[in-house]
Amino acid sequence: MSGEPGWRQGHVVALAPTGSSARIITVRVPGWPGHLPGQHLDVRLTAEDGYQAHRSYSIASAGPGDEVELGVDLIPDGEVSPYLVEVAEPGDALEVKGPLGRYFVWHDDDPSPVQLIAGGSGVVPLLAIARAHAASGSTAPIRLLVSVRSPDDAMYRDELASLADGGLDLTWVYTRAAPPGWTAPVGRADVAAFAASTWPASAQPIVYICGPNGFVETAAGAMVGLRHEPSRVRTERFGGR
Amino acid sequence: MAEITRGFEGRRRDSAPQVPPGQYRTDDFPVLSAGPTPRIDPDEWSFTIVAETGQRTTWTWAEFLALPFEDVTADIHCVTRWSKLGTRWRGVSLDTLFADVESAYDFAMVHSYGGYTTNLALEDLLDGQAWIATDYDGEPLDPEHGGPARLIVPHRYFWKSAKWVRGIVMQADDEPGFWEQNGYHLRGDPWTEERYS
Repeated sequence: MSGEPGWRQGHVVALAPTGSSARIITVRVPGWPGHLPGQHLDVRLTAEDGYQAHRSYSIASAGPGDEVELGVDLIPDGEVSPYLVEVAEPGDALEVKGPLGRYFVWHDDDPSPVQLIAGGSGVVPLLAIARAHAASGSTAPIRLLVSVRSPDDAMYRDELASLADGGLDLTWVYTRAAPPGWTAPVGRADVAAFAASTWPASAQPIVYICGPNGFVETAAGAMVGLRHEPSRVRTERFGGR
Repeated sequence: MAEITRGFEGRRRDSAPQVPPGQYRTDDFPVLSAGPTPRIDPDEWSFTIVAETGQRTTWTWAEFLALPFEDVTADIHCVTRWSKLGTRWRGVSLDTLFADVESAYDFAMVHSYGGYTTNLALEDLLDGQAWIATDYDGEPLDPEHGGPARLIVPHRYFWKSAKWVRGIVMQADDEPGFWEQNGYHLRGDPWTEERYS
C-alpha cells in the first residue's frame, strides 16, 4: 500500500488560521525536490485501520527548502479538509506526492506582465506566484484581483497587503460585504470590473485564473471578451456545476 | 508503511469496487480545463479523422447527427482523484467513425477546438471503448463539460476524454499530447494509477 512510488512521508510543523474558514498548514517533507509557483501536490492521510484518503491541493509557498505550505479552505461536508482545518496539530503525519502540473506555473525569467485573478481560496497558487515574483526581483509588472465574499473571508489578507506595499498592484472585489468606507460596488465582478482592474490585452500579459468553477468561467470569459488571446489565459478550477 | 495520521478517521468509506485505488467518489461533476471555455457553434463544427495516406474523413454537425448513436453508462475517473459512477452519455462509437478509415498506425492524437490535444493508442479507442458524445444525462452537453461534442474514454483517466473535439490525426508513435507533455502519464490507466510521468 505504501510501496507506490512518489509518496513522501511528511509531518505538520506549523498551523495558522487565515480568513474565516481556512488554515495555513506547513508540512516538512524530507527530500522534497522543490517546486515552481502555481504547482500542486497530492495529500494522503492514513487512518488507524489503514483506510487512506487522497486529495489535491495547490501549494502556497514558493522557493527552495523541504517545507511546503498549503492554504486549505474548509469544505463542511468534505473528508480531508475538515481534518486539515480543524483537527491537524503539529507533529501529525501525512504523505505528499509532487510537485504536480507543469502548465499553471510562472517562470521568473518570463518578462510578460502578470495578471493574477483569484476567487476565494483560489488565491493560494496565485500567492505562490506573487511571492516568487517578489523574491526573484523580476521586473515584470504584476497585478492581482481577488474576489471574496467579505473582508473576513479573505485568506492571506495581511500578506497580500504587504506584497501590495512592495509593488503588487492589488484589487479586492467584495461580493457580499465590503469594509467600512468602501466606495467600489459590492457584488460579483463583471466585465467592466475586470476591464477596470486588470491589464489590457494590449499589454500582452500572461493571465492566471484560479477559483471555483463558476468564478473562473466568468473571469476567463470576460478576459477573452476583452480580447486576451485564449492561449495566454491559464485556468485552474475546483468544484463543478 | 505510511505513518498513521493522528485524528483522521475518514468519513466516506463507501469505497465501492468500481472506485479505482487512490480515488474518492463524488456525486458532483467537477470542471477541469487548462484555459477558457471555447464556444463552438454547431454550424461551424466538424470532425475529421486524418490518416497517414492523407485520407481525411470528415463529418459536419448534420452529418454527425445522422450517424448511429449509442447510450453509454460509464464510471469516470479524474486524475485529480475524484471518480463519478454511473454517468450517462449519448454518442457515436469510435468504431463507427473508424469504419472506413485506412491506417496502419497504432496511435492517435486527438485535437480539440482551443488547441488541446491528448494521445491515445488506437486499441484504446476501438472495440466499444470510446465515443464522441453530444449529450450528458439526457441533455445536450454543456460547453463547460465539452459541448457541443467531447470524447469519452472511460477506461482511461478523464483528461484523455478531450472536450470540444474537432478531430483525430493518426500517428506512428505515441507522441504526447498537452497534459502528457506537462507531467501526466502517456497512457493513464486508473486501475494501475498511471497518473504522472
